[in-house]
Amino acid sequence: MAGKTLFDKIWDNHVVEQIDNGPAVLYIDRHMVHEVTSPVAFAGLDKRGIRVFRPGKTIATADHNVPTEDQHLPVKDMLSRKQVDTLTRNCEKHGITLYGLNHPYHGIVHVIGPELGLTQPGMTIVCGDSHTATHGAFGSLAFGIGTSEIEMVLATQCILQPKPGKMRIAVEGQPKKGVTAKDIILYIISKISASGGTGYFIEYTGTAIRDLSMEGRMTVCNMSIECGSRGGLIAPDDFTFNYLKGREFAPKGEAWSKALEFWKSLKTDADAIFDRELEFDAGDIEPMITYGTNPGMGIKITEKIPDGSKLKEEEKTSFFKSLDYMGIEAGSGMLGRPVDYVFVGSCTNGRIEDLREFTHFVKGRKKAENVVAWIVPGSKQVEKQAIAEGLVNTLEKSGFRLRQPGCSACLAMNDDKIPEGKYAVSTSNRNFEGRQGPGARTFLASPLTAAAAAITGRITDPREIA
Amino acid sequence: MKFDTSAVRQVKKINQLKNNNMPIEKFKTIESTCVPLKIDNVDTDQIIPARFLKATSREGFGDNLFRDWRFDRNDNPRKDFVLNNKKFSGSVLVAGKNFGSGSSREHASWAVYDYGFRVVVSSFFADIFKNNALNNGLLPVQVSESFLSRLFEEIFQNPEKKVKVDLEKQRITLLSTGENEGFEINGYKKTCLINGYDDIDYLLSIKNKIEKFEATLLSELSE
Ligand code: SF4
Repeated sequence: MAGKTLFDKIWDNHVVEQIDNGPAVLYIDRHMVHEVTSPVAFAGLDKRGIRVFRPGKTIATADHNVPTEDQHLPVKDMLSRKQVDTLTRNCEKHGITLYGLNHPYHGIVHVIGPELGLTQPGMTIVCGDSHTATHGAFGSLAFGIGTSEIEMVLATQCILQPKPGKMRIAVEGQPKKGVTAKDIILYIISKISASGGTGYFIEYTGTAIRDLSMEGRMTVCNMSIECGSRGGLIAPDDFTFNYLKGREFAPKGEAWSKALEFWKSLKTDADAIFDRELEFDAGDIEPMITYGTNPGMGIKITEKIPDGSKLKEEEKTSFFKSLDYMGIEAGSGMLGRPVDYVFVGSCTNGRIEDLREFTHFVKGRKKAENVVAWIVPGSKQVEKQAIAEGLVNTLEKSGFRLRQPGCSACLAMNDDKIPEGKYAVSTSNRNFEGRQGPGARTFLASPLTAAAAAITGRITDPREIA
Repeated sequence: MKFDTSAVRQVKKINQLKNNNMPIEKFKTIESTCVPLKIDNVDTDQIIPARFLKATSREGFGDNLFRDWRFDRNDNPRKDFVLNNKKFSGSVLVAGKNFGSGSSREHASWAVYDYGFRVVVSSFFADIFKNNALNNGLLPVQVSESFLSRLFEEIFQNPEKKVKVDLEKQRITLLSTGENEGFEINGYKKTCLINGYDDIDYLLSIKNKIEKFEATLLSELSE
């Protein structure tokens, strides 16, 4: 019999029961909730007259719709405040730990989980948010769920899941200078399209992946969902263990040694079989940028946008509709286009390493006059560290200011909306129509490319400046 | 595919346990005209933009379904959008490839359902959307590219034309011409839809088993 993949091993460890010709009942180790997708799930429990089954396995934060300024004041938007208050009430009622606004551990759910050591190898982790895939960077099985499923986890610590197919994506070789984790994942998605991973769970391997820091690995896994896959994971190694050691909720003492032994066993067997395997050459990757309205519409920053002639007839409508929304001509280039906004943040690129990259790049330079820049840390801890490392100081000298943590312009549920028709270079993960505000136009890129745009006011190859 | 008896047995158990929990509406065979949305990669941000996710209950999302395609900035209906075209109506939405990609927001399924659709037909669905839809009594019907083109052709040519969606037989038929195609759904989900059961009822019914499982799992892991 063929060996097992890492995914199989974690999955099999957590199957409570397999329904014939149906889904598996999967046990969940870690559940994270936020204010937007959870209220209806809690209301469901109330209707059924039941309580949360294992409150200790759920943690909560308010990140999606919170303001990123004046967080000490009550949330101004009435509806947002209601969601935040509802979350607080639900957590109190059910005994769930909440890292709400102003708590030292507050932040974007996918930033705080790893940061606190709540995310650990071999776990099943779910959250009512598709970028839960981020946690896969630690060799855990992590994926986003809907509100009905949140209710299932709250009620029984389990969900019903059909087993996805298995895909392996290897990125081999050494990336060029100026190429970041974000460029690697944007490159992969541009190659396999926004739906190329649908039905699969991805394992990322290869030297270019192994060489990434934990932050970089999180960026890669985070965007797994943008090619349609359920999630992505990377086998844990010394990088993983070193990152986790000493974190607030990581195992300590004897428990640590025991855990470590188990974590080291978490890898795909040599003879395991994947349903689909792809390999990319890291040397072919350049700084990437998207030009359209799905994350698969990305190119190397120096390339021209496709002219559409190679598309199938039925694909043309969507392609030109997308360019029309973006106000961009088919076949044109990206370099030199004026930029109105720069957003650095989100669960894709709102971690300390991202702020460091951005800051080092802009150090000694000045923000372009025509650019509004929103630099938003992923969490309170990231904010604290950015201050401690002097990043905030450097940023201010260059004309930038650090806001307070939250999802912010990634989905523009709060006031951080890109105005209609304006162009934003964004380090977030989605460039859908209206994602960053009604009529907003998004170019997804790395923190380096965002920094280059913030300095020049135009889309600029970061290697040209460095 | 043969109707799966073991899945039926599993959910029958639930029925005995069920009292007045929120059942989803039972799914019956549908014969309806269709609304054609001939756009690929319709993502959940289009189905229901994030700024409408601030509700704390699941009702009322239909009003904002496809909000930014349906209405302009001044909230006037956009004439060129299909939901504003009186010629087209019905409980079946026929959409381009890769429907429902993007966010895990279940609000997308609620909005489609709340607007009055019971079936979405496409040649490809995003995974999370499919799960969410099935959990809310909305049936995703995945057909071949060629069948999808035929549907679009027929609907645009004559909006009065109806399709029949038979979940029991797992078949979708264009009633005017008799052209039809089978579709997949797992036996468990099918039984749930037909009977109006939901997954939570099932999970609650096996709670003892879950507790036993926990005992074995926890000893293995580091906690
Ligand atoms: S930062 Fe963006 S993608 Fe990440 S959790 Fe928040 S809204 Fe979702």
